[in-house]
Parts: sequence; C-alpha cells; structure tokens
Amino acid sequence: MTHPAPKNGDTLLFVGTMKGAFIFSSDAERNEWTKHGPYFPGESVYSLAYDERGGKKRTFAATRSFHWGSNVRRSDDFGETWSPQDRMAVRFPEESKLSLTQVWQIMPGPRDEPDIVWAGVEPTALFRSRDGGVTWDAVEGLLKHPHRAQWTPGGGGMCLHTIVPDPSNKNRMVIAMSTGGCYRTDDGGATWRARNVGVRAQFLPNKYPEFGQCVHKIAHNPARNGRLFLQNHWGLYRSDDWGDTWTDIANGVPSDFGFAMQAHPHDPDTVYIVPLQSDEFRCTPEAKLRVFRTRNAGESWEPLANGLPQEDAYETVLRDAMSADSQKSAGIYFGTRSGKVYGSADSGDSWQNIANALPPVVCVRAAVVGGGTSATNAA
Amino acid sequence: MSIAVVLPRALYPYARGSSTLVIDDPCSTVHEALSAVGKHWPGVLDRVMTEQGEVREHVNVFVGEDSIRFANGLATPVDDGDTIMIVAAVSGG
Repeated sequence: MTHPAPKNGDTLLFVGTMKGAFIFSSDAERNEWTKHGPYFPGESVYSLAYDERGGKKRTFAATRSFHWGSNVRRSDDFGETWSPQDRMAVRFPEESKLSLTQVWQIMPGPRDEPDIVWAGVEPTALFRSRDGGVTWDAVEGLLKHPHRAQWTPGGGGMCLHTIVPDPSNKNRMVIAMSTGGCYRTDDGGATWRARNVGVRAQFLPNKYPEFGQCVHKIAHNPARNGRLFLQNHWGLYRSDDWGDTWTDIANGVPSDFGFAMQAHPHDPDTVYIVPLQSDEFRCTPEAKLRVFRTRNAGESWEPLANGLPQEDAYETVLRDAMSADSQKSAGIYFGTRSGKVYGSADSGDSWQNIANALPPVVCVRAAVVGGGTSATNAA
Repeated sequence: MSIAVVLPRALYPYARGSSTLVIDDPCSTVHEALSAVGKHWPGVLDRVMTEQGEVREHVNVFVGEDSIRFANGLATPVDDGDTIMIVAAVSGG
C-alpha cells in the first residue's frame, strides 16, 4: 500500500467509511487523484481531521471497531504509521456512568494553541485534549448539563456531531447534537445555553421548543463572524448572531430535509447542501444527484449537476460527508452511502467522480498541504 | 491458581502477540480474572470492557463452554484450571 507524500500546495482528501479510511492525493489542479488505503480496514471511521498547527502535519482518525470499542488515532506521516493504541484514549469519567460509543467529530483548536483539540462524541459529550490528542477530558459543563436527561438519540445515535469554535473569541463555541439542538458557551465551556430560537422541531408536539431540535449540521465561515448556517431535520436556517436567532432560508430547494452542509472556504455568503426527499425516503429527490448552492446567504439556491448522475441516482449524503479545500479555486467534495466520492475544483460548477465503490462514506475532509488546518466547515 | 484466558486474533496485538494469557493472581470470579488481565495487559481489558466495567455489547465471554451472559455475568465463578474464552459476537454489518 502506498501512502501520500505530498508537497506544499498539494490537495488531500480524507474519506472515512463504514469499513475503513482512505486518503486521496492530488496536486493543486485536482484533475487526477491517487487512492491510498484502506486504513483501519473493518473499522468505521466517522471523523477525520488534518492539523498543521505548531509545524506538524498531523492526521486524526476516530476509529470504531464493532466489537472492541472506539479510539482516536494520530499519524504524522500521512498514514504510514499511526500512534500506539494500547489504551482507549477517550474515556468518560466513572461518575458519569457513561461509556463511549464513538467519536463523531474531531476539531483542531485555536491556531495559537496547537495542542488543543476537540472531540464530539456519542453519547452526547464534548472532550478536550490539551496535548495534541494523546489524552482527553470531558468538558464538565456540558457533561453535567441539566438538559442531558431530555436529550434523546436520533437514528444515528445520541451524538455531538458539530463543533464550531469562534476564532475571534476562545471562550465562545457552538456545538450541535442530534437530538437536542444547538448550544453555545460564552465562558469557555463552563455553561451552555440552548440556541434554537426559530428552529422547527417537526417531530415534536411543540414545534418550537427551547431545545430538542434535531440539528444535522452547522456550517460556518470565519470570514463573517457570527454567521452560521444550519441544516435541520426538516429546515434550513441562517443565524447572524452566533445562534441567538435563526431565520428560515429554505427558498427554492426541492426539499429542506438533508444532512450535509458545507460553507465555501472564501465566500461567506456561499453554502452547499445535498437535499434528500424526506425523512422517510432519505434519497436524492427525483433520483437526481444534485448539490444545491446559495451565493446570497440563503435568499435563493441553484442546483449543481454538471458531471453528476441525473438518472437512477438514489443517493444519500450523510452529515459529515461534505468538505471544502482552500485552494484559490475552491474544491468542494462529498461522498455517498453507496461509496461514491465526487469533487469539484471550481466551487461546484462542474464535478468529477473520484471514487466509485468504496464502503459507505460517512466522513469527507479536504485539506491543502501547507495551508493550515482542515476544519469541519471553516476555511 | 492458574486460569487461561484465550483471546481472539484481533486482541493479540494488545497481549504482546500472545493468543492465551495465563492468570496466576488469586481470583474467584470472571470479574476478578479480567481485572487481573487488565493489570498486565490493559489494552486487552479496554477492548473487552467499557470504561464503566461492563462487557462490551458485541463481546462474548465463556467459562469453559458456558457463556457468562446465561450464568451470573461477571460474578460467574472461576476455579483453578478453568479456561476463559473471549469471542467476538456473531454480529456486524
């Protein structure tokens, strides 16, 4: 098996599947891709991250064996070797009476604190590492949140799947969980407030509760501080005040149900989604695989289909299976439950098939080597 | 006192390559025997039990030919000369 040996400016695409992880490598043009892997064959990899803070070139992978538990692994040589994994690194404290099911999100911390890494996990909790991902501790303020007893699992499990740090304020962070909704801390994690005003809970008698929403993904571009986009279990929303209020932006989409949502790396008004028919038929509408893009912060959406199959495409794109690179002409990528991976090197105007028969794709992360850090939905 | 703990291949790397661990520590239950495993091979115990000390959902533990799920769980007694077998459950996708 070969491993990537990229030079600065090259593009990497990390793909997590139900049966292992793959790394695809290309240059800045992104016309040809080379596949590497599978890494961790047989284990599901729901979260991947790439981190260049502090001068390293570190890949994180959250692995889960169906039988033997979940772990976070690190590689500083693009997958050729991985950190020793004798002990399970992410562990709930005994008094919580909780046990880790799996890690759903790995998020590098502030640029000037390269040893801080965040992890969102199932059952719903946030963990912080202060040593670059070697050891982890649960964030107590969320672990002991008074709402915890009322958070309930969605179809994928009771997971904290989205972490959005405020790059201008280390004390502020938004997280999202299914179900439970969106929460924000303004005091470094000591306390967390539900931030779901205006977000509909279609599946509850009270359609607008304080919390209990099933948020599927939140996208954020740090270039517009405070602006968030939210794909809900039914519903598309935008906030311009770090989640204090949300506005419906489902204007002209075939369905406002879906999972994945990705911010453009350079333009804070541009966001991508892949609508699905409904919660009962979670496939692309009309059997056409289309990405929808807004370039005006949700006032309108346009379908992007050039290079994507438009017949018999009953596809599903899951919540973390979409990403962007930071090349000048932005790359947008997504993977499907049927094991296909598509990429666009022109911000979505045209697409190419990168992989066609992987195991079900659950996570996609893109990065430019020498370009910093692959954040979930940030540049 | 000697109890053998037979591992599945997936756990050999956490037992320094061994397929069978021999427990000499005094122990009268499966829980005590697995705790002894954890003292010497913590990576094995991490994979058999959760951080809350429960056998993982898709792991089966046998004493001889009897599953502890249908006996007294971790309180199932063990005697000198017994063999504990750890097996991945027949499950997955």
